[in-house]
Amino acid sequence: MSAARRPGTRRLAASVWPIALSLAVFLIVWQLIVFVSGFQSFVLPGPLTVAERFVRAWADGMMWPHFSTTLLEVLLGFALGSVVALVAGIGLARSRLAERLLSPYLVAAQATPVLALAPLIALWFGTGLFSKLIICTLIVFFPVAIATMVGIRSVDKRLLEMARSFRASSWQIITRIEVPAALPAILGGLRVGITLAVIGAIVGEWAGGDSGLGVLINIARGSLFDTPLMFAALMTLALMGISLYLVMLAIERRLVGER
Amino acid sequence: MDPLRQPETAMSSDAALRAYVPVQGADVRAEGVSLSFRGARPAHVLDAVNLSIRPREVVALIGPNGCGKSTLLRVLGGLIPADTGRVLIDGEPVTGPDPRVGVVFQEPRLLPWQTAEDNVRFPMQLAGWSKARQAARSEDLLGLVGLREHAGARPGTLSGGTRQRVAIARALALEPSLLLLDEPFSALDALTRERFNAELLRLWERTGTSIVLVTHSIPEAVFLADRVVVLSPRPARVLAEIAVDLPRPRRLADMDSALVSSLAADVRAHLVDTTDDSIAMEEARLAAAAGLPPGVVPARRHAETEPGTPAWFDPFRPEGPE
Ligand SMILES: Nc1ncnc2c1ncn2[C@@H]1O[C@H](COP(=O)(O)OP(=O)(O)O)[C@@H](O)[C@H]1O
Ligand SMILES: [Mg+2]
Repeated sequence: MSAARRPGTRRLAASVWPIALSLAVFLIVWQLIVFVSGFQSFVLPGPLTVAERFVRAWADGMMWPHFSTTLLEVLLGFALGSVVALVAGIGLARSRLAERLLSPYLVAAQATPVLALAPLIALWFGTGLFSKLIICTLIVFFPVAIATMVGIRSVDKRLLEMARSFRASSWQIITRIEVPAALPAILGGLRVGITLAVIGAIVGEWAGGDSGLGVLINIARGSLFDTPLMFAALMTLALMGISLYLVMLAIERRLVGER
Repeated sequence: MDPLRQPETAMSSDAALRAYVPVQGADVRAEGVSLSFRGARPAHVLDAVNLSIRPREVVALIGPNGCGKSTLLRVLGGLIPADTGRVLIDGEPVTGPDPRVGVVFQEPRLLPWQTAEDNVRFPMQLAGWSKARQAARSEDLLGLVGLREHAGARPGTLSGGTRQRVAIARALALEPSLLLLDEPFSALDALTRERFNAELLRLWERTGTSIVLVTHSIPEAVFLADRVVVLSPRPARVLAEIAVDLPRPRRLADMDSALVSSLAADVRAHLVDTTDDSIAMEEARLAAAAGLPPGVVPARRHAETEPGTPAWFDPFRPEGPE
């Protein structure tokens, strides 16, 4: 275990400095553009202005409630969407009839932009947490369900026959063969899903709501004319998305990295 | 002990075997078993096959490629129902995957995400055994096949032969009285294979199961079996049954005796007009039916190469058998 982890740590260390370098270059170019163009900070604030606003917004307690609202929406929405998608994916994988019956709706749901559906969902379910969860579920559903279905469909049939020879029940075949065998594919779908859940939460907040980072961005632009705050909220959102993605990646490594 | 040397040592350690309690071998009868596959590629595979296996007997099935040996094994184990006829184990009909039967497939079919020990425990977990009972049994079984040191290893890190030992231990997990082996060592090189056959016999002496074994090798069949059953090309019928009256325990050194040679010749005589030519003819017939010149194998359609592709990604995919 430790022998397997050590080269991983070294690889991580080796991958840190290019990231630091590219970040530094990005910040310098950003500052240069601001410097050379002479844009006012309500059009394009520089990195130092944004950093200062970011720290102040967190320090004076302005950011926290919006951040926690959005994080809650993302986590609950992702959980709900994933569970629904997992169950549906397993059902679709096991029954061609279910696939035939449901696939037109799945494709239609995926082809219709969630952004366009959000106002309708806000109209029906209000502007509280529930409507955000529905939007997250809608947007998370497709990639997770498809990944689950494709993963389970491509499980080695010979393993299924082996399990059957030991009289495995359908439930045992799902839980002990199909889902574990499809886990790499499912986790790949979840990794896409978590970033989509962030998008879903923001889209939901734009369609209506009184708290959340999407709401804060709207307020900063529309009523406060505080562009640095907008950037600070954006940065918070980006950090949230990246962190969640990395957490999913770590879970994935832990669960299927050794295969 | 050097762990890399471990696969080369004998399958069983005496300490482990003292604790091992043998089962009563099954009495197996197949009565007029016939079977045809329907669907995309219909095929008449088994034609009124009769077999009877005495308790503790080792029977080798031998026959040309594609004649239905694996299918017959599946019917004996209850994995596929026969169209007509029936299989009886100790007088009780086989109606589905049967607790009295353990199957070792041609490939090890281990769960790659689990350790060797967890793979051996798999049937016990399905059967709902207690943790303590699982632990005791899997320890006995791993000892029986000489793999105690490898209990925590993943299949991916084990050699092909070692994996097949794990599969054998797993097949024995629920104390079957009939062991079915489908060309179990065919992926191994000739020398390793001889050694594994000798070890299989020692294992059989300890476990007491009846064995039905499919093989492509005449010497292997003669070395292992009490009786060699020669099957015809598809649809499989029993062409001949040749008793092998060699004393047991058998050693690889006995394999060069005149008696063994004459038995092997006897088996070959029954196989002679059935093997390679018939396979070539069957392939030519299939190619002709598909409108292709001989020797050209029909190309697979794109959609068939991706079994997991959802239907709506490819509405033109032909309806396959499910
Ligand atoms: N599930 C199946 N559906 C249709 N045909 C099958 C199926 N399984 C096997 N067959 C056909 O039955 C014949 C016998 O197969 P098998 O029992 O695997 O032969 P072998 O003697 O080589 O083990 C072959 O021609 C094979 O193509
Ligand atoms: Mg076969």
